[in-house]
Amino acid sequence: MMLVFGGAVIINRNPVASALSLVVSFLALAALFISLDAYFIGIIQVLVYAGAIMVLFLFIIMLLDLRAEELRKINWIASAGGLAVALALIIQIFSVVGSFPLAKQPFPPLARYVLSGAEGSTSDDVHRIGLLLFGNYNLPFQIIGIVILVATIGVVMLSRRETR
Amino acid sequence: MITLGDYLIVSGILFAIGFAGVMLRRNIIIILMALELMLNAANLSLVAFSRFHVDPSGVPNYNAQVFVFFIITVAAAEVAVGLAIVVALFRLRQTTNVEDISTLKF
Repeated sequence: MMLVFGGAVIINRNPVASALSLVVSFLALAALFISLDAYFIGIIQVLVYAGAIMVLFLFIIMLLDLRAEELRKINWIASAGGLAVALALIIQIFSVVGSFPLAKQPFPPLARYVLSGAEGSTSDDVHRIGLLLFGNYNLPFQIIGIVILVATIGVVMLSRRETR
Repeated sequence: MITLGDYLIVSGILFAIGFAGVMLRRNIIIILMALELMLNAANLSLVAFSRFHVDPSGVPNYNAQVFVFFIITVAAAEVAVGLAIVVALFRLRQTTNVEDISTLKF
């Protein structure tokens, strides 16, 4: 289902329909994350992607008042090249995964307390990710904060009207 | 039984869809969406490997999930900057088609 809607993102000619199918694709991807027992990442996916980023996309699409693209003559060489490279990528991935012995093993079981949090509140994955984030990855975490600050200032500067 | 390979193949197909979108579409906003698809494909394979790499006490490897957290953050910043550039460009040129924006093209 995620792949179907991901394909619909590309195929749809209307940008609004494309963005809405991207939302469904992201929600299905969050379901995949949760099926991999990554609850924190799944929830972040729903909040950040399906919530914030898609609202941003839809807002911009409606702000710019984009119509569906008219049928312009398609650059066949470029399209064929793009499709060929994508198909080659898929074939390559199939062959690599097929020749990868670990890929045929099922996932190993998790300890019970990871799944249920029965050993108290110190064993859920939000807690563990938080410990890593503020412990081992403290410096990257601060750098990512600076990156977001710079991005915010950049967006404000970019979208300011020229007043000079 | 769902194996690691299934998730990797889904992730690869998603990446290929995003790649084809970047190559085929001519609307900048849709190209940005396809970029998001590719980032998410990388996230999916990272989380699958994180779940696959379980240490003896039964805890998955959370380093990959922290990395996914960073990727999501950077992706959000990138989308914000990219859409601001698109808006500025639209004010200047009244178009979002990449074939109409060829000033820097050699």
